[in-house]
Amino acid sequence: MPLSAPLIEMRGISKSFGAVKANEAVDLSVAPGEILGLLGENGAGKTTLMNVLFGAYAPDAGEILVQGKPVTINSSADALAAGIGMVHQHFHLAPRLSVLENLLIGISGRSGRIDRAGGLARLGEIGRQHGLTLDPDLPVSALSVGEQQRLEIVKALFRGARLLILDEPTAVLAPTEVDGLFAALRSMSAQGLGIIFISHKLNEVRALTHRCVVLRHGRVAGRVDAPASTTSSEMARLMCGHEIVPPARGPSTPGAAVLTLEGISTSGHAGTPLRDVSLFVRAGEILGIAGVSGNGQRALADVISGVRAADAGQMTIAGKMVSRFSPREVQALGLGRIPEDRMTTGLVTNLPLADSMVLPRIGTGAFSRNGLLKPDAIRAFAEAQIKAYDIRCPGPMTRAGALSGGNLQKALLARELAFDPKVLIVSQPTRGLDIGAARFIHEKFLDMRTKGCGIIVIGEDLEELLMLSDRIAVMYEGRIAGTLASADATVARLGLMMTGAEGTA
Amino acid sequence: MFRLEARTSTPAWFNLALPLLAIGATLVLCSGLIALAGAGVIEAYGVMFSASLGDSYAITETLVRAAPMIFTGLAVAVAFRAKFWNIGAEGQLLAGAVASCAVGAIPMPGPLAMFLMAVAGAGAGAAVALIPATLRVKFKVDDVVSSLLLNSVIFYALMALIEGPWKDSFSGYPISPPIEESANFPVLLEGTRLHLGVLAALIAAPLIWFLIVRTTLGFRIRVTGENPEAARYGGIHVERVLISTALLSGALAGLAGVGEVGGVHFQVMSDISPGYGYSGIVVAMLARLNPLGVVPAAIFLAAVMTGAEAMSRATGVPAFLSEVIQGTALLAMLVALLFTAYRIRRVGAAR
Ligand SMILES: Nc1ncnc2c1ncn2[C@@H]1O[C@H](COP(=O)(O)OP(=O)(O)O)[C@@H](O)[C@H]1O
Ligand SMILES: [Mg+2]
Repeated sequence: MPLSAPLIEMRGISKSFGAVKANEAVDLSVAPGEILGLLGENGAGKTTLMNVLFGAYAPDAGEILVQGKPVTINSSADALAAGIGMVHQHFHLAPRLSVLENLLIGISGRSGRIDRAGGLARLGEIGRQHGLTLDPDLPVSALSVGEQQRLEIVKALFRGARLLILDEPTAVLAPTEVDGLFAALRSMSAQGLGIIFISHKLNEVRALTHRCVVLRHGRVAGRVDAPASTTSSEMARLMCGHEIVPPARGPSTPGAAVLTLEGISTSGHAGTPLRDVSLFVRAGEILGIAGVSGNGQRALADVISGVRAADAGQMTIAGKMVSRFSPREVQALGLGRIPEDRMTTGLVTNLPLADSMVLPRIGTGAFSRNGLLKPDAIRAFAEAQIKAYDIRCPGPMTRAGALSGGNLQKALLARELAFDPKVLIVSQPTRGLDIGAARFIHEKFLDMRTKGCGIIVIGEDLEELLMLSDRIAVMYEGRIAGTLASADATVARLGLMMTGAEGTA
Repeated sequence: MFRLEARTSTPAWFNLALPLLAIGATLVLCSGLIALAGAGVIEAYGVMFSASLGDSYAITETLVRAAPMIFTGLAVAVAFRAKFWNIGAEGQLLAGAVASCAVGAIPMPGPLAMFLMAVAGAGAGAAVALIPATLRVKFKVDDVVSSLLLNSVIFYALMALIEGPWKDSFSGYPISPPIEESANFPVLLEGTRLHLGVLAALIAAPLIWFLIVRTTLGFRIRVTGENPEAARYGGIHVERVLISTALLSGALAGLAGVGEVGGVHFQVMSDISPGYGYSGIVVAMLARLNPLGVVPAAIFLAAVMTGAEAMSRATGVPAFLSEVIQGTALLAMLVALLFTAYRIRRVGAAR
């Protein structure tokens, strides 16, 4: 446990972007061997504060001390020289280069030569110490997201970081990978490394950190000295400024099946293919799909969304057979889709938000006629949804990419729900969202359920699935390993089925 | 110390300010070369200006030169919007010129001939552009490389034609037979070379703007260019959009060739285009891929080209300066575009 003088200290840090005060008079310190949790809702200023520490932004006021001495950090090179390493939310890796080459970028010996052998040795050493093993010769593009993150951590250690900043590292990880990450972080902390761990998942913070700083609207809203013995609801109150109650799932009588899959199999393409998948969702019912990611969830979502055709099997939507598997066909039959990856398959970040909001229905009478767009209708639609869903943005012509994750997710939800889908398929609906935004999304799903929509939620967060679903199907290696009524499902039982250990038809 | 910081939004006035900034920077940078060539900078730019925009005849000459670059600029702007990297406007222009010249040489009523020349030229340009687009869609062949290399293929094919089977038997030079006189595009202003094709170019720009901004095809082109994955998931046939874009882009570049044959040269020769296809890239970039911006951008480059010739006669600065200015303008614009995504911030001032 930490006892010694602080490794780094930030005093009175303020940073504004125009009128937005991202950080205001923030104090924070980390001691050697300490894991500090940095908590806060989206937009609370966590990333900005860490970017100041890492030299990406110059603070408007305040100072940074490293081992008691004031320092000026103007670049990431300065930060690294001061022993500060950061793993960003979006990784900074060269995808075509190998693991080892990525480690050695920017590091060369005095003669300008690259020390491959030395790098290899250090890589092995770091891997053994903290359980962060990586194949040095694999190209980064072949690594999973979890492995890329591991490489980012190793990179920071390789450069001699004594303080490691991790910006929402678990947002991209599967539950099993989270365990591995925590083990590595604990091992580093035991060796005297300071760690700043950003998250808004309270159970993670409680399990891992020694101390917490909670930010709200750029200010320190509270400090928690013993996270393990503080309740989640107390911390949630600090983060949001008010109580958060999970929405209640009332009873509902499911109607006829609105989506059925019969013996669907796929082949080719990336990812795990589907093998003889049969399932159904009824009107007014939420079906959860649990499973460790990479067990065919992507293929399942793609087939249902009409992006990938099934090689065998049949699918019906609202009683009608899907014949061609195109996004337009399934949409015309009444399917709404909220993609897993908002930025890549959902929105067009460089175009106005309004364009993304009408994208899937641009060819329909609502937004165009005889090949001519209806700009007024598009604008009015976007404005109405922005209002109805309280999407925080300057207006429908704002670049979609400028919105925060929670607001983007609301926009995607709005664009689908506006057309009263009979079936809704969503993947990881609240990944990366804070408690307030997640709560809003959950409420909308439950509303839709009451209104008679059939919903499939693909997710890895078992607690979320248990809260939302009427039934939960578990995917394992491209098959449905079993389906449970949510009354019979527990985290433990689902967890077992997800490893392929138990099957219940 | 200065540093680049990412912007979250780009002010609208940047669209106008950046090209002007780029042009200003270009003229300043190139004044050094003029001085090196031993001429007065002010005098040289003065001659350039008066020779290209100084009187109404000069203006018509500049417009005649701008017309093909409006077409190639539009071709590139449309293609780049979809991120179909068409570097082949030069070859598509040449193909359009050859096809329209072949059609124009057939005796028929003038208006019909002009119409068929345009159809043939646009069709030929589109057919050429289809090659790199198909290679990309079907086999993932890099469109930059394939469209660029096709330019040489078409250029030498044209040379082979006009030095061989298609050579005008009444001329000692490697040029094609002329088109019928009735197929010559009408002149709009007596005593100038301002021809129908120039008007067509000026009309094409707002039409293409309308297509990009107000039609579903334009919407699909924009979305496909910015995020093909989101487009695909949104039900857009990305391959089909790329092919349509290529056809449209090639047709526009082909029309540049039609105008040169029908309104300026009345036949095909090896130097029918002094690189109008490549200039189209500069034009489109200066216009920030906005079809309406293509017109002033093309006029600027045309003025530089006509002006540079006059300047070289008057001051002895080599006319190659026009190409240097074009290249510098492209680089300046690419640098200026950086400011749409980043701002410059002074660091260390807070301390
Ligand atoms: N580069 C930037 N330009 C303008 N505003 C920004 C920028 N970066 C962050 N912000 C704003 O600052 C606030 C804090 O953002 P951020 O630090 O990313 O929060 P968090 O990481 O806690 O979600 C938000 O309101 C955000 O919109
Ligand atoms: Mg953040």
